Amino acid sequence: MPHSVSPENMATHEQPQDDMVAEAPAENGETQASENTFVADAEAEVENTQGDETMDHDMTMEDVGVQGDIVPEVALKVEIKSEVRLEDLFADVESDEEFPSSNALNIKTSSSPEAPSSPVPTGGSGSKPSDSDVMRSFYQRLFPWRHLFQWLNHSPTPSTDFGHREFAFTLQNDAYLRYQSFPTSDLLRKDVLRLMPSRFEIGPVYTTNPRDRKTLRKSSAFKPLAKEICFDIDLTDYDDIRTCCDRANICNKCWQFITMAIKVIDVALRDDFGFKHILWVYSGRRGAHAWVCDKKARHLDDQKRRAIAGYLEVIKGGAQSGKRVNVKRPLHTHVARSLEVLKSHFQTDILHDQDPWETDEKFDRLLQLLPDKTLNEALRKKWSSAPGRASTSKWADIDALAKSGVSKTLDAKALLEAKQDIVLEYTYPRLDIEVSKHLNHLLKSPFVVHPGTGRVCVPINTKDLNSFDPLEVPTVTDLLGEIDEWTAPEGEEVKAIQDWEKTSLKPYVEYFRSFVVGLMKDEKDVKVKREREENGDAMEF
Amino acid sequence: MIRQEFSRIDPKRRAALNHRGKQFEKPAYQNVEYKHRLNFYITPPTADITLEQFEQWAIDRLRVLAELEACSFRNKTPAETAAHMKPIIDKYLPLSSSTSGSTALQTERQKDHYSHFILRLAFASTEDLRRRFSRVESMLFRLRFQADDLRERQAFVEGLSLDWETVSDDERREYAEDLRAAGGGYPKRIEEESYFKVDWDRVPELVESRRVFLKAGKAYVPGREQLSMVVAEFTSKLDKALELTSRALPRLDEDDRLTPILTHLSQNFTTPDANYSSSNTALPGADISARNVDALSASFPLCMQNLHRSLRRDSHLKHYGRLQYSLFLKGIGLNLEECLVFWRSSFNKITDDVFNKEYRYNVRHVYGDVGGDSNRRGNGYSPFSCQKILTEHPPGPGEAHGCPYRHFSVRNLTALLQNVGVKDQEVLRGVKEDKEKQKFHLACNRVFEYAHKQEIKKVRDDGTWGAAQLETIVHPNEYFKRSYLLKNMGKNPIDGEGKSGDVKMED
Repeated sequence: MPHSVSPENMATHEQPQDDMVAEAPAENGETQASENTFVADAEAEVENTQGDETMDHDMTMEDVGVQGDIVPEVALKVEIKSEVRLEDLFADVESDEEFPSSNALNIKTSSSPEAPSSPVPTGGSGSKPSDSDVMRSFYQRLFPWRHLFQWLNHSPTPSTDFGHREFAFTLQNDAYLRYQSFPTSDLLRKDVLRLMPSRFEIGPVYTTNPRDRKTLRKSSAFKPLAKEICFDIDLTDYDDIRTCCDRANICNKCWQFITMAIKVIDVALRDDFGFKHILWVYSGRRGAHAWVCDKKARHLDDQKRRAIAGYLEVIKGGAQSGKRVNVKRPLHTHVARSLEVLKSHFQTDILHDQDPWETDEKFDRLLQLLPDKTLNEALRKKWSSAPGRASTSKWADIDALAKSGVSKTLDAKALLEAKQDIVLEYTYPRLDIEVSKHLNHLLKSPFVVHPGTGRVCVPINTKDLNSFDPLEVPTVTDLLGEIDEWTAPEGEEVKAIQDWEKTSLKPYVEYFRSFVVGLMKDEKDVKVKREREENGDAMEF
Repeated sequence: MIRQEFSRIDPKRRAALNHRGKQFEKPAYQNVEYKHRLNFYITPPTADITLEQFEQWAIDRLRVLAELEACSFRNKTPAETAAHMKPIIDKYLPLSSSTSGSTALQTERQKDHYSHFILRLAFASTEDLRRRFSRVESMLFRLRFQADDLRERQAFVEGLSLDWETVSDDERREYAEDLRAAGGGYPKRIEEESYFKVDWDRVPELVESRRVFLKAGKAYVPGREQLSMVVAEFTSKLDKALELTSRALPRLDEDDRLTPILTHLSQNFTTPDANYSSSNTALPGADISARNVDALSASFPLCMQNLHRSLRRDSHLKHYGRLQYSLFLKGIGLNLEECLVFWRSSFNKITDDVFNKEYRYNVRHVYGDVGGDSNRRGNGYSPFSCQKILTEHPPGPGEAHGCPYRHFSVRNLTALLQNVGVKDQEVLRGVKEDKEKQKFHLACNRVFEYAHKQEIKKVRDDGTWGAAQLETIVHPNEYFKRSYLLKNMGKNPIDGEGKSGDVKMED
């Protein structure tokens, strides 16, 4: 406030002393003149009787009363002025650092208005990826619009596959805008640049253009027709078994849960269900999404989606359900295969890295899952006397003690099965099943920026799954910096090079492109075949 | 005169006529000969029946279907259901096998055929009715299919000409292990079972429960699972037909003879617990407010007590927990403002901003304060019944909704019961047995009776409450209401007359 008050005070302070004011009433008539002089007198009196400080105070009070409308405006102006100054200062300081050019400036300019609008910190450190300028550059220069279009459209020429597809925007003020649709990717791009959503989601293809849904005579005629089957794996669902991080935080240790999940789900979708076009996407913070894009998958109804979800779901029940893996024996091919995949992960990623049964109350959970009472007692005694014994040793103890014959009634088969169930409980993918069950569920688009972390939701190449590191995924500010740093390679380079090719986003876009090309190729074959079949049918008639 | 007669076409037959050909052609299948006992209901009936028959047949079929639905609500096993349904089916909708030599064979089958199509008309109007109708019709079909004579069943299935590919012997041997694993270790020798393969999406229920072997999009279905495939086929055909019927309904060229009957039929197809309207839940003199929920929670059923405890412990509930609990609170008479106050004060670890952004809308949606037109008009959703809680959305990791009797392990359930004050060993053992037999509502009622032993005895002795008011509880809100009334019998000034009248309204 000192900024806003002082110029105001100056102005009013001058008024009574101004000759103009005193003179003006004289022109109008006597009565007014006397009134005015009276005011001036009174103020003069105040000035005399009280100290300077109190006078200032009085004056401002009066101002508020008299000129209430003007005050905030002035205050605002001053604030803006001061902000500009601040910015310049920062720009000066930063620009000679290792961050070159406009990029650093971008961050600073927009971070200041951000601060008052949301008192709760959003978790991003330093740079704010949701800033409009950063986001605008990203959408303008880096987002692979054409590939996204081809991915959803399944052919180069615009069709209803894209045109009737729902997009939903989350705007900067957290308003949620549903039922957006666009005939081409250019129009989508234009609208995204206009609205600058912090992220956008992709929904199903509808029977009619989602924008026209209200013009239909019957609302039931507006129905979702097709959407990729999606799977959502989120590390928060692992909170009861991961020991390294919790909630929104992740590290490379717990990312292994996602790696295992992708392996298990991917192979089941390919081998069992015969799907070919499965796109895995990093969700930007602590999870991954799968988009199954095969034509057959896209047109499945909710019941069949539920069937796939149920087929893949092995861990059932909430925190209170006790034993959560109850699979039939002999193990179904899918479960047996998953177990085979997960076994090695269990040894390294769970027993060694997570060390889930370190303390007393933690190994109690393990004992609950084992069937033999006598054996459990022996194990409990052993482990309580050696606090802090590593989970790897504890896991080995089970078999060792069982072999030593502590328990006469031990059922070796039951123990083995219980151990298999434990491996599954600690490693088997935990899917957010609701996402997969419904045709009209919306899911964040690939390549958008996660508003919290600033990381781009890049596709994950399952061939290099083990080397994927979520913490290495480029953030939007990194990428914009990379564009600026990029210099054309020496020699003759005439071909126009796209901005994304200058950055570390390149391998991801290229992978996405090859994925889309593969999808479109299959789609084309199907179309030709179907046309032939239709013709054949027509001949028969 | 003559011309008039010629141009007049029975509206019922109009669709069946080939307008280009002979205009006065008799419908080709006016009197269908029913070869099989079972019917896929592909061909609509075209013969004439009287209005009385129309109504009577429909009502008879409806009786059977309603009873069947009730069986599924009570969680009866297939065997129990079959035993329970047999006398009812024999009375209202008998269907003899072809070999029985019964003289009424064709009439029985005609009645079955016609009544199905009448009810189809009555239940095609709304999505909800269609879904329920298709569900119970499929159940009826399954029941009959199982009861059918083996040879006749085979003939029927062959008559359907569904394209199923038989698995060759070589292939069967190659995947012997996988096939056996999918069948739960059965058959011991792979030669004992025949398999056929179909696209997996034709047997979604087998896939969902991992009862078939899947390979490259094909499901290897064992012969004994034929039932499930035929039923799936039946359901999908029926669903499609219902959809078409509903589209044709507005164009139903009908006078006022059939429409009233059809409306009447669909209105009578309501289940005892499907609609729990808030109008009959009013508890005079009760202080239903946000700050009183803690006190009231003593009268909550275990599922809601569990949600309440989880909420107090974590200061948070996940989506379905909030949904189940909000609806229940709405059902006991907590208004929207109080409910928002309740959730806001319960989620005490988050800021106002977060609450307003992420949770307020959902609570308002539940009350029908926001959302689509139909949601607002219907005042939001109705509170979940036990049936819904038991069968839909089982709780996942970190979720507290659902029915503790069903979704908890015996150990955790016992611990929870002891925590809420049920310490009697006899009762706990009873609950455990109920749980093992999957009679979850019996367990809940057992606990209710234990917790209100004295009060129930009193009202029974006084004769203030009749048998109807003490029958099995199948709705959490009913549990609360009854519990609250019993616990506050002495204190409540408006006791006796007014209250018992209130309770009677539900039947």
